[in-house]
Amino acid sequence: MRLEYFQMIDTVVSFDAATGEIHAKAFVPEKSPIFEGHFPGYPILPGVLLIETMAQASGYLILGMNGLTRMPFFAGVKKAKFRKFIEPGTTLDVYAKMVHEGSGYSVTEGRIEQDGPVCDAELTLRVLDFPAPELKAEIEARAAVIGLGQK
Amino acid sequence: MSSTFDVVADVIAQTSEIPREKITPESHAIDDLGIDSLDFLDIVFALDKKFGIKIPLEQWTQEVNAGKASVEEYFLLKNLAAHIDELVAKKNA
Repeated sequence: MRLEYFQMIDTVVSFDAATGEIHAKAFVPEKSPIFEGHFPGYPILPGVLLIETMAQASGYLILGMNGLTRMPFFAGVKKAKFRKFIEPGTTLDVYAKMVHEGSGYSVTEGRIEQDGPVCDAELTLRVLDFPAPELKAEIEARAAVIGLGQK
Repeated sequence: MSSTFDVVADVIAQTSEIPREKITPESHAIDDLGIDSLDFLDIVFALDKKFGIKIPLEQWTQEVNAGKASVEEYFLLKNLAAHIDELVAKKNA
């Protein structure tokens, strides 16, 4: 995780376009200014960043399924539950499963585990044409770094 | 058996805070019911699941934006229900 750059997913463990599933890893850093405020003396990863992590896994799932041709944008979250505190230095298993591919949107189920359930939610993402070539290039580069294309 | 309109109206009432009795076949989803684009996504998702179809929301939006179709063509609920019937018939053909 590069929290300051909002890069939450570090590597793709597995991706299956046929079943619409992805499993990724996210390494929570030991140090970040975020932990100085959340919370002093008791650093834990904020729940909103866990949601963002599930949304990004869902985004890579969609990108993998559409061959990096269209860009998913986080649009909604429902039924989010946080079941465990996450401390600095933790490795997270992040899962996303396609629930429904609609016209211009997708709904996924996101889940994070670390020695048991951490959180889960239903996520909605709008899927649009890339609004800028720079974004498409960056996404392609990022997908290669995390190994999306090779799985 | 419920009509398609009744199913649409029930879905709208369940996914928004609009009282079911205010939703009629002549209701305009945006102008009368005030449904915004995000809420409409939830409604389309529920309708896709309910009817086992994929409402071509992007195509409809493009047609409206290009002036090829009126907003009423897709967002007046009786018209929306009729389009759903067509999509279901196409799926079952």
